[in-house]
Amino acid sequence: MLEVRNIQTYYGNIQALKSVSLTINEGEIVTLIGANGAGKSTTLMSICGVTPPRHGQILFRGEPIQHLSAEQIVSQGIIQVPEGRHIFPQMSVIENLEMGAYLRNDRAGIKADIDDVFGRFPILEKRRNQAGGTLSGGEQQMLAISRALLARPSLLLLDEPSLGLAPLIIKQIFEIIKQINAESNTTVFLVEQNANQALKIAHRGYVMENGAITMEDRAENLLSNEEVKKAYLGM
Amino acid sequence: MDFEYLFELLCGGVVKGSIYALIALGYTMVYGIIQLINFAHGEIYMVGAFVALIITGILTLSGYSDSGLSVLVLAAVIAVIYAAAYGYTLEKIAYRPLRNAPRLSPLISAIGASIFLMNYVQLVQTPDFLPFPELVPEFEFMEPLSRFVSSVDMVILVVTALTMVALTVLIKYTKIGKAMRATQQDMVMARLVGINVDRVISATFIIGSVLAAIAGVLIASRTGQINSAIGFMAGIKAFTAAVLGGIGNIPGAVLGAMVLGIAETFGAGYISSAYEDVFAFGLLVLILILRPAGLLGKAVKQKV
Repeated sequence: MLEVRNIQTYYGNIQALKSVSLTINEGEIVTLIGANGAGKSTTLMSICGVTPPRHGQILFRGEPIQHLSAEQIVSQGIIQVPEGRHIFPQMSVIENLEMGAYLRNDRAGIKADIDDVFGRFPILEKRRNQAGGTLSGGEQQMLAISRALLARPSLLLLDEPSLGLAPLIIKQIFEIIKQINAESNTTVFLVEQNANQALKIAHRGYVMENGAITMEDRAENLLSNEEVKKAYLGM
Repeated sequence: MDFEYLFELLCGGVVKGSIYALIALGYTMVYGIIQLINFAHGEIYMVGAFVALIITGILTLSGYSDSGLSVLVLAAVIAVIYAAAYGYTLEKIAYRPLRNAPRLSPLISAIGASIFLMNYVQLVQTPDFLPFPELVPEFEFMEPLSRFVSSVDMVILVVTALTMVALTVLIKYTKIGKAMRATQQDMVMARLVGINVDRVISATFIIGSVLAAIAGVLIASRTGQINSAIGFMAGIKAFTAAVLGGIGNIPGAVLGAMVLGIAETFGAGYISSAYEDVFAFGLLVLILILRPAGLLGKAVKQKV
């Protein structure tokens, strides 16, 4: 579904991605793990056209997308939940959700989808008119994921959804990611520092170091890999 | 204490504040989205007044002899369209190429654009003051109030109020308004939900320019004369109003403008009209010392 071929991304003169290649198949949950500063977020931002790669190719359903603008990529169904959640702080919960559906015009469908996420996250319905910036971290993460769902993603990119959340909430969030993947057949690309949890729900995984992919395998193999265990699982 | 005099000053202050508010909104909206002080904004206001003057001239010469008010409306509409085109072009030429440059560069570009526009109008028109025709008739129903508000003032107040309502509706409920707010609050996320940020920025410049042109036409028909330099002082005052209310904050710009207008007329009326500008800028200094973020300049605290 998505094929990233040797992309190199720069911030000014600093090269953040040296040569990243990866493949995501339809229906999968694929995770990308690695330390802080390895280039995981940059990989996502490159796919989304926010920091377009200087070299290399990104193919989505066989078509190159690396030259498209961010909004054109969104319109293809590639939706990102960025690190730090990026809730619009002065907009209400409802308005945040509506922004997720910015490129859609089917009013009735949007309304149905909002009801749908309220069913999934009842707490958001309770807070529907509250400003997004006043929600707790866990609520904001739920809102961020819901907002992405409002775009009806075919490929959902999640950047550190567990960051800064309580263990119980983290468990809930991972459960929801699994559900989204299973129920609506949404392909998920999950970037995580919480390698243990991420590998448990993923089908396949990539390990990233210093702007390059160093390992690739089925998730259960990575979980039992000695190197991965030592470096990322704290065992 | 003479309450009639006080009320008269208050009315004058609100009228003045209305004009400042219309211009200040353009400053604050642009700043809110791209953190740029668009110093050429005052010139858009001046261009608006000039276009209106030219249109009224043409209409008068061509013998279009309806009531003055309809001439004014027609002139204002054309001035607004012109100013919108100027604002759009200004952003495209002077600011868009510098989108990723250090913040000082677009600021310098803004000052350059301001000087260019002022001189351009001076060159193709004239540096002298030109008389602007009196187009607002004396309304009969204004007779009892004429001591406090003239007919022109009334038109200014009504037009400003209607414009504010329209702007509020636009920002709160329309798609482009929501996109503007989203872009202001988080530009990266705005792109990630599919908002074309360049288009939002263009729209912001267009809306700001429309408001400035309305202000230009209104003030021209009040003072009865314009020249190519009127944008400078008006621009600085409106900028002061925007900072006073908290730059980037839309209700703040209106509040700041009203406070500024009233402070000016009160200072002029009770102390000395020679020091009008001193009161305006003195107030700014005071606010910056006591409330550096401006009157309403306080963002909602965000949990992380």
